[in-house]
Amino acid sequence: MSKKIADATIPTIPLAARFQRWFGRNLIRVYMVFAFTYLFIPVAYTFAFSFNDSGKSNLIWKGFTLDNWKNPCGAPEVCNALANSIKIGLLATIFSTILGTMIAFAIGRHKFKGRSTSNLLIFLPMATPEIVLGASLLSLFLVFKINPGFWPTVIAHVMFCISFVVVTVKARIASLDPRLEQAAMDLYANEFQTFRRVTLPLVAPGIAGAALLAFSLSFDDFIITNFNSGTVITFPKFVYTAAARGIPAQANVIGSGMFFLALAIVIAGQFVNRRKAR
Amino acid sequence: MGKIRTPYLLLLPGFGFLFVFFILPILNLAQTSTQTPVGGGDTGQYEQTFRFQNYIDAFVENKEQFGRSFVYALIATLLALAISYPLAYAIAFKSGKYKNFFLVLVVAPFFTSFLLRTVAWKQILGEEGFVVPTLRNIGIISDSTTLTSTAFAVVMGMTYNFLPFMTLPLFASIDRIDPRTLEASGDLYANGFTTFRKVTLPLSMPGVVAGTLLTFIPAAGDYVNAAILGSPNTKMIGNVIESRYFKIVDYPTAAALSFTLMAAILILVTVYIRKAGTEELV
Repeated sequence: MSKKIADATIPTIPLAARFQRWFGRNLIRVYMVFAFTYLFIPVAYTFAFSFNDSGKSNLIWKGFTLDNWKNPCGAPEVCNALANSIKIGLLATIFSTILGTMIAFAIGRHKFKGRSTSNLLIFLPMATPEIVLGASLLSLFLVFKINPGFWPTVIAHVMFCISFVVVTVKARIASLDPRLEQAAMDLYANEFQTFRRVTLPLVAPGIAGAALLAFSLSFDDFIITNFNSGTVITFPKFVYTAAARGIPAQANVIGSGMFFLALAIVIAGQFVNRRKAR
Repeated sequence: MGKIRTPYLLLLPGFGFLFVFFILPILNLAQTSTQTPVGGGDTGQYEQTFRFQNYIDAFVENKEQFGRSFVYALIATLLALAISYPLAYAIAFKSGKYKNFFLVLVVAPFFTSFLLRTVAWKQILGEEGFVVPTLRNIGIISDSTTLTSTAFAVVMGMTYNFLPFMTLPLFASIDRIDPRTLEASGDLYANGFTTFRKVTLPLSMPGVVAGTLLTFIPAAGDYVNAAILGSPNTKMIGNVIESRYFKIVDYPTAAALSFTLMAAILILVTVYIRKAGTEELV
């Protein structure tokens, strides 16, 4: 009934008014299109210029080529920088995930004296600007006559990743149903068995998420790395140094590759979650 | 007995690490900040003289960069909030079963390196990019106006680069709002705007507070955007600290500046959290 009326009235409304009505209803969708366009412009640009037949400076479009993708290590230093970033990222992820998960269990599962101080100690590194973290750690290394380099960078990354791991894993622990552990205890599992068979598997997705976060934070870090890495070149450092004279297209290949790899991991993770939920 | 000890044993390795590589460095930084050069010369050697005047000198010399850091970071934070709020709202309430898909889309651009994205903006907004010629053709900017090496480019770069730190916490708290509270508000004759002002916004405040902090803190200490997208006239305090460390090798001034920045941010954060009335972050 009401649909008929609507059908009958539409032709009498002038085009401008109809557009206005459509716009009003779909404003939020129009907005989403604009927002996502804005978000993806630099990514699309980086991807497009990874196919540029650019020679040394990748500033102006000179023609399409697949050479950069066939030979991503073609530019000097770029793959060395990438390898360093991956090594530092993996080491930082392993150490920060272990240390952070232990802290998260302590804070999330136990009531003890100094709990709020512990929370504060986890919050502080996140509230400190990166440049202060990087500069202060460098000063400490200099006092102890330790030269900046590979291991100081790993230490720096573990330091700033711990808090993010704690926050992520703690959130997962907080969302656990305590009855599941009680049930395990009722079925005569001892404390260790309950932890290994019930608690840990339930918290595992949180730990995996925290590890991914730690790796991406470490891999993408520039400021703290710049202070503590000395002559070791990481991928962000490579881009920063190259930015002055123009970045080789191979860096765009690696950036785009990371983008698709990370996207694949996230989508695969969602897929696994959905299957588990069934 | 074991039960009481368990949490402390779990905390020990991580907090030990944080003590040595976070607390000690900060204390050391405080100590360095009041040192003076040995014999007053340019030897690169410093001794402890508890010269608190370092702070005043450092601040007076760089008050412009300090001011800029806070103004740029504030504008970038407000812009990020304005861009992110409708986006987070749309994803939480209007995207139905595609919610996760859109969330991945928000984070996805940040999988390409932070530096690469910033350099990409430099080239997009630069003379060879497509934005400047287009704007000139329409006549929005004159032929002599450039977009890179300006405060506009620096603020835009910061807004873009820290956007997910705003969008994700906003989404988390908007997504938690029960849609029935909005319906109830409508049933009680509130119009869309009133519902937003009296129901949606207050309920999403934890997200607004978390998002603004997570954007403002890194933005205020950032120097990458200013270095790549800016000019000497857009230098922020991060640029000064960086050059004091690496180019001038003036550790006491760099330390005093770092400490002032950290203290200023901590004070702002504490006041802000008190005012906004949420302790959820800590």
